[in-house]
Amino acid sequence: MTMPTILQGCAHVYSRAHINTDEIIPARYLNVHEEAELAKHAMEDIDPDFLNKIQPGDFIVAGEDFGCGSSREHAIWALRGAGIKAVIASSYARIFFRNALNNGYLAIECPEAVAHIKNGARLELDLEGGVIHAPDSGETFTFVPLTDFAKTFLEAGGLLPYLVSRLKGGAA
Amino acid sequence: MPMTITEKILAAHAGLESVRPGEIVNAKLDLVVCHEVTTPPAVAMLKKLGITKVWDPTKILVTPDHFVPNKDIQSAELTKSLRQWREEQGIERYYELGNHGICHALAPEQGHVHPGMTIICGDSHTTTMGALGAFASGVGSTDLAAGLATGELWFRVPESIRFNLEGQPPRGVYSKDIILEIIRRIGVDGARYMAMEYRGSALPYLSMEARFTITNMAIEAGGKSGIFPVDAITEAYLAERTPEKGVRYESDVDAEYAAEFFIRVDQLEPMVALPGLPSNGTSIAQAGPVKMDQVYIGSCTNGRIEDLRIAASILKGNKVAKGTRTIVVPATTTVWKQAMREGLMDIFAESGCVISTPTCGACLGGHMGVLGSDETCLSTTNRNFTGRMGHPSSNVYLASPATAAATAIAGGLADPRDYLPEDCNFTTAEQQLWGV
Ligand code: SF4
Repeated sequence: MTMPTILQGCAHVYSRAHINTDEIIPARYLNVHEEAELAKHAMEDIDPDFLNKIQPGDFIVAGEDFGCGSSREHAIWALRGAGIKAVIASSYARIFFRNALNNGYLAIECPEAVAHIKNGARLELDLEGGVIHAPDSGETFTFVPLTDFAKTFLEAGGLLPYLVSRLKGGAA
Repeated sequence: MPMTITEKILAAHAGLESVRPGEIVNAKLDLVVCHEVTTPPAVAMLKKLGITKVWDPTKILVTPDHFVPNKDIQSAELTKSLRQWREEQGIERYYELGNHGICHALAPEQGHVHPGMTIICGDSHTTTMGALGAFASGVGSTDLAAGLATGELWFRVPESIRFNLEGQPPRGVYSKDIILEIIRRIGVDGARYMAMEYRGSALPYLSMEARFTITNMAIEAGGKSGIFPVDAITEAYLAERTPEKGVRYESDVDAEYAAEFFIRVDQLEPMVALPGLPSNGTSIAQAGPVKMDQVYIGSCTNGRIEDLRIAASILKGNKVAKGTRTIVVPATTTVWKQAMREGLMDIFAESGCVISTPTCGACLGGHMGVLGSDETCLSTTNRNFTGRMGHPSSNVYLASPATAAATAIAGGLADPRDYLPEDCNFTTAEQQLWGV
């Protein structure tokens, strides 16, 4: 894989279910699509202090059906632009999950981790092994490792680079 | 192998004999719909990769809709880039201001959606178009870019849930009430990743317009798509718009469903979804009195001519309450013109409503009726998440156009049955046509 398989960062827990794309990036900011611009407003309606709390490489930990609502890929770009390396949620809304895959962005499903991880906890994410480790509490949670399908996109850097490489490679 | 309609459409477009839920297929696309919010990022991605041509300009439809007429400089730049791109690409199916409309209402209305098609659009309410027996699903900008470049896209074949809608809708109950009841029952993720297929003895009472309202909100239950089988009502709608008949698929009798629900439409009451989630539905009687600062009648859910006719039938001869500003937004230019010809505009204006040009507008908190702090709005739109129509502390209630009109007159949540004129029932133009 082109990306490191062990990721380290802190958890920012929003345990509520159905955190929707209007909350991740409100529609009033959809008149632009530059990642850096969008990042300034990430999660603003749900947590006005969000940007002050996070460090590049951190994780969002969230409840069920994360990213429901609009199809705006801006939600992924806002989070990625803000430096959030991966989302760990109990489950995902369909389009958000698809957008994550297509962007080579990590959306990890792990209800156990969400139930136990404390806000601010340091986390180590082992992508190959499918393990989330919280060194301070000593807890370890396993998630279903990424499918080959997801890995193909992750390795390529997303659906479009993947398509381009396939076209160049001459494969049908 | 027995298959559902959705499985048959995807199999046919993937060049396969059969498909199963969970399988990932690469399906050919028949129509890609583009608007000014999610298309410019897709175009930028393609440019960056050096892809200069779309796969087939005749299979793409473009309309600006979300922030039109341009609400600010940035949105003006978005529509400008959309316009330039469609010119460069020679896309003929382009609906400029004056012919424009909310894409999910416009595409079927203008005859571009046919049974058996596969359709994507960078918008979650793309599911609307499934009412014509097509597979239509919302995607993000990357998918849109891939679709525009190659004319194909990967799909995980969805499981299907079967909803049996039974009986005749009682007076004052509309398709919006049916879908709010479904989402109340299964929750905002009850159909996550799945196709929602509709059947049952209520179908002859549901006009195409009513069906669009139901498939529109598939995404509010987490659905990948919503689909109605093709029947006489579908065919009559198509015949008025296009020579194309499309391909008519039926689910096999022994097709497998992930779940099956029975909705007794004949026992439903007018519904309202309380603020926060579309699944917060309750009967209007149980919702109690709530004062409304604003009533909004429009959107891809309920901005079609039938919706406006129903609202006008209630507003006729009445005034909207002082303190309840009421905004009517026809979904497309054709609907706008039709409403004018039928005298509905007069009724709205005389009763004190504001009438807008077609736009998504305040449905997504864009413009033309954005809510201030702590304001409350009854809206015929499809989602009522925190801050959806404006300030994060504003509150949105979802209901049918009839409930919206009654509420506009009363100044607070009202039961449409108390306001519906005696001679006005569920009857629509199509039903009269087909004598059902
Ligand atoms: S009317 Fe509302 S829900 Fe429909 S496409 Fe526009 S913003 Fe989306």
